Amino acid sequence: MIHRGSSQHPDHLAAYLEASAASAPGRVAVVDVDGSPVTFAQLDDRAERIAGFLRSAGVRPGDRVAMILSKGAAAVAVMFGAMKAGAAYVPIDSGAPAERNRSILAGCGVRALFAHPRNLEALASIARFVLPETVVVVPPAGGGELADEGARNDRAVPAVPLRDVIAHPRAPRSDGARRASDLACILYTSGSTGVPKGVMISHGNAVSFVEWCSEVFAFTPEDRFSSHAPFHFDLSVFDIYVSLKHGAQVHLIAEDVGQEPRVLARFIAERRLTVWYSAPSILALLAQFGRLDRIDAGALRLVLFAGEVFPVTHLRRLVELWPDPDYYNLYGPTETNVCTFARIPMPVAPDRTEPYPIGDPCSHCAALVLDPEGRAVAAGAPGLLYIAGPSVFAGYWGAPDETAARFTERDGARWFNTGDIVRFEPGSGYIYLGRADRMVKRRGYRIELGEVESGLYQHDQTREAAVIAVTEPEGVKLVAFLVGRSQASPTVIELKQFCAAVLPSYMSPDAFVFLDVLPRTSTGKVDYQALARCATAGAGEPSARAR
Amino acid sequence: MSVVNQETVPMEALEEDIKRKVQDFILSHILPGESRDNLKTALPLRTSGILDSISTLRLIQFVEAQFDLEVSITDANTSNFNSIDSIAAYVIAKKANT
Repeated sequence: MIHRGSSQHPDHLAAYLEASAASAPGRVAVVDVDGSPVTFAQLDDRAERIAGFLRSAGVRPGDRVAMILSKGAAAVAVMFGAMKAGAAYVPIDSGAPAERNRSILAGCGVRALFAHPRNLEALASIARFVLPETVVVVPPAGGGELADEGARNDRAVPAVPLRDVIAHPRAPRSDGARRASDLACILYTSGSTGVPKGVMISHGNAVSFVEWCSEVFAFTPEDRFSSHAPFHFDLSVFDIYVSLKHGAQVHLIAEDVGQEPRVLARFIAERRLTVWYSAPSILALLAQFGRLDRIDAGALRLVLFAGEVFPVTHLRRLVELWPDPDYYNLYGPTETNVCTFARIPMPVAPDRTEPYPIGDPCSHCAALVLDPEGRAVAAGAPGLLYIAGPSVFAGYWGAPDETAARFTERDGARWFNTGDIVRFEPGSGYIYLGRADRMVKRRGYRIELGEVESGLYQHDQTREAAVIAVTEPEGVKLVAFLVGRSQASPTVIELKQFCAAVLPSYMSPDAFVFLDVLPRTSTGKVDYQALARCATAGAGEPSARAR
Repeated sequence: MSVVNQETVPMEALEEDIKRKVQDFILSHILPGESRDNLKTALPLRTSGILDSISTLRLIQFVEAQFDLEVSITDANTSNFNSIDSIAAYVIAKKANT
């Protein structure tokens, strides 16, 4: 491991781009979803002009700039433009229902919004008043009839076209006021009450993670990074900032390519990617459906995964197909970014079934295991994992009580309760055992089961709804239990269509079970354990394990 | 004329058989608990949010294995895989060309 001599960290994410734009202006920084290259100088110039526009539109340091954009180089320029203007960017899922996006915009009070025409129209149709004064309309990445769509939208919502923003005059850079404690972005994750919660990430938080990555993985300007995760996902912090810091390329993967294993496998081969980072789910899909035996992914040297447990059967298959890269399991919630990691020893034993450990703390983090009363547990005993260090987030936006509930002071440090139950094993590090609450991971997405229930309650036939997660060999399944208001319960097809309208697609339950009444515990709470037994019995699979 | 008739009858039977098998798969693997009557063969599956990207992958894998064909990347699109009708038409066209 090489320790970087002059370890003077920048205190601002934009400094990574600015340094690479100064040292290697003509090198390609970002390869857009349609394959078009953007150099460091071009990206920095666009970001400066966007920042200039935002300042002239009244955006001040500390403000929020939202973006409802699909994956694309335009979105990357907006992120840097917002940060250069001193604002935090708020990336919002362009594929999520408009109502969910409305609640995010309203929740964090944005000063400016960059969005595609169809997202603006959807928002304007449900809540015109939620749109800020400054709206920039961005043509969909690589999508044909740009001029037409822009013109159509100009009538629906007053908006500035992105091309005008990018033509805004540059102003001398004023970065004197940059502080590491300034917010870089707010990443929204599922909230248990149905309202998404905003994880506030400061520049200092993100920089400490980026610097740790550089220390451990020895990147070079010749690396070609994947950008598979959407920008509202914390994995994107790695894809964008680590690649740009090293003067390397990041290849943006369009949402539809990212979900189609065979297309994605070809993409990895044709772009000769060297560094891959994603949730295990898509790697499992690549191993199962990607026909990896037909492509040459020989350039790949590093495969990193995070966000959920990687089922060993799929990992073993992947390693058989791609034997050359080094594999790492990275662990950490959005609130801390990666805080423990483990290299996967090769090969994966043929009889291994238990998932790999989440490993040892990263150099910028400290870890602690406590019992529910906040007392240290005996070595090797299960308990809640707490994390402290510079990557630990500032708090949840607008929710000081919820923030305070997740932190504990100890030995002069501020420790974040991850809610993950682990135990420590010498030689392996931490082993993930499960959750202490109703948050689950599915296809790499973090889901509060309460948010799914809240979506189901919006159906006018729902009297009661309870959702559980069932872990099966092929992944986590969501099972919804419903009590209807009348005998005429909706069909499964109607419920699927309804969920598609009110919930992100990854939150749509896999199965629906109608009950006359929900089972309750003696204290009147929904008895989720009884439902779990019901789900596994109903599925007729004695091997399926109740959680 | 008689040639057309001879081909039409088994073709229709084949088409019905394909639809039935696809319907069976969707009912047992993707929409457990749904009744066959509700799963109309013309129902849009992808564009209405009933099938997501992963259930579509499973459906394509089933079609490949069941009907012994390979769905190319360009064929695995919404127009071929949006309804049971379009899947049956795709399978028949694919079989006719091989």
